[in-house]
Amino acid sequence: MTHGIKNDQAVPLWRRVGLPLAITLIALFCLAPFLWQVLTSFKLNADIAAVPNVYWPTRFTLSHYLELFTRRPFLNYVVNSTLVALLSTFLALAVGAPAAYALARLNLQGERWLLAAILIITLFPPILLFLGLLDIVRFLHLGNTYLALILPYAALNLPLTILVLHSFFRQLPRDLEDAARVDGYSTPQLLLQIVLPLTLPALVTTGILAFIAAWNEFIFALTFITREEMKTIPVAAAQLSGATLMEIPYGPLAAATVIGTFPLVLLVFFFQRQIIQGLTAGAIRG
Amino acid sequence: MLDVMSYDFLRDRQGNRLTGWLLMLPALLLLLLVFVYPIARVFWQSLLIENLGTELKPAFTGLTNYVRMTGDSRFWQSLGNSTIFTVISVALELVLGLAIALVLNQSFRGRGLLRTIAILPWALPTALMALAWTWIFNDQYGVVNDLLHRTGLVQADINWLGEPSLAMAAVIAADIWKTTPFISIILLAGLQSIPTDLYEAHAIDGATSWQSFRRITLPLLAPQIVIVLVFRMAQAFGVFDLIAVMTGGGPGGATETVSLYIYATVMRYLDFGYGAALVVVTFLLLILAVAIAAFILNRTRIQTGGSDQS
Repeated sequence: MTHGIKNDQAVPLWRRVGLPLAITLIALFCLAPFLWQVLTSFKLNADIAAVPNVYWPTRFTLSHYLELFTRRPFLNYVVNSTLVALLSTFLALAVGAPAAYALARLNLQGERWLLAAILIITLFPPILLFLGLLDIVRFLHLGNTYLALILPYAALNLPLTILVLHSFFRQLPRDLEDAARVDGYSTPQLLLQIVLPLTLPALVTTGILAFIAAWNEFIFALTFITREEMKTIPVAAAQLSGATLMEIPYGPLAAATVIGTFPLVLLVFFFQRQIIQGLTAGAIRG
Repeated sequence: MLDVMSYDFLRDRQGNRLTGWLLMLPALLLLLLVFVYPIARVFWQSLLIENLGTELKPAFTGLTNYVRMTGDSRFWQSLGNSTIFTVISVALELVLGLAIALVLNQSFRGRGLLRTIAILPWALPTALMALAWTWIFNDQYGVVNDLLHRTGLVQADINWLGEPSLAMAAVIAADIWKTTPFISIILLAGLQSIPTDLYEAHAIDGATSWQSFRRITLPLLAPQIVIVLVFRMAQAFGVFDLIAVMTGGGPGGATETVSLYIYATVMRYLDFGYGAALVVVTFLLLILAVAIAAFILNRTRIQTGGSDQS
């Protein structure tokens, strides 16, 4: 069967046919729903509602995107999502990094218990928290403010931030810190001037994960924000409706999906390695 | 010199404790505010009656809300729906996720690109991709019906989101698409930590690849499998965005999970006391499930002989 090829180089049939087939199927499975939405967002209304479906449209339009920005406050949604995601990410890192360092290096009693508690917290879905949080939001008059989302998002991201940074801090060689201590650095100085610059890659990794989670959050944004111009993209897009009750604006819906997913597509393509690293570091610690 | 150094370190130990707790403080406060207080508050609120009947003024009622729950058929249906959704979607995701992880672990050209593509669904906003899936399952213009027509399998338009059992199947399909990547990534990391000489030795002994999969891959992957199972079960049990956007719990409550019922009780019927009781029960059920899973996790750790020391 494999004349002329050494036996150990022979590729078995399942690999020659099965592997490319599996690769194609996986790529198709992961990309198709997203690409279909991209295609829909550029189609004319006539092609969107065509039966049978138009898979290769010959005419394209930007009107659905234009409608989002001219007839709806979509620019507001983009700004809101960006600000809330960025600020909550910075808050999670600013609060999480010192905590992770304390847990990794400063011999706290009950380090293991704290880590276990933090890990268990990540298991509780936001639906269990929104009712109690509603109380805090009302008490502090945070309704319809960015802070109503920034604080919970930072907290939601805190467990993963602490777990990932904790495992990075543990891997740092101790000698440098010991030398700095001998040179008279205090713990905050040590953290700011020596440790954090070294852990920049880890901060980027956790920052990306936190940004993605904050950008995607739905239930708190749905509950704590009711003013139209303060809404974030996922909620605003889910509530997009047509001029009449029966008319569903498929084109603008698709365009909103594309705009809302685009920053994350970019993040995934540029930071694939960091995302995988962060996710596995967070989960394996368990 | 040496003496001075070790003395410094000893003194630092004491100071370190205090500094450590100070560094922890902001994080602990934030976690208390967003996790601990809301849960504690809900336990108290579940003993109150606070709804439109009392003009939203709280009054103590003891366990009335919990008694009401036992006879609330909508609660039991939603609990059943959550269970069905969780068991079916997580089981299918695990099988598919493992298969994808095995492919991603092979060496081939473009593997990096495929890994990037394979984490894409996980990263995209659930609510937005739920819109995409609603469109895909649309009865008139949806691509699923179109493909079925083209292949000649079905002639009539199937009302995917309008028929009870089909709607459940549709939201499960969307959830599988969205969360299988997470499982693949974690399992891939597990696969990469299995030394290849184990397989080589096994192959020399004449084992087929199926046998090595059964005897090497699965047992060594057990810790990661349990981790993803726990994570995913907790998430799936609390599923909200996906179903809220795709069906809103319909048709006729066929896809209404516990989370959707909680949300409707609080935000639509403004029944805060009863909503709080529903949250408490869901919370306790999750604790129970996590405890059972953690117990199993410990047992598998022992069985695999502590293959991952960390």
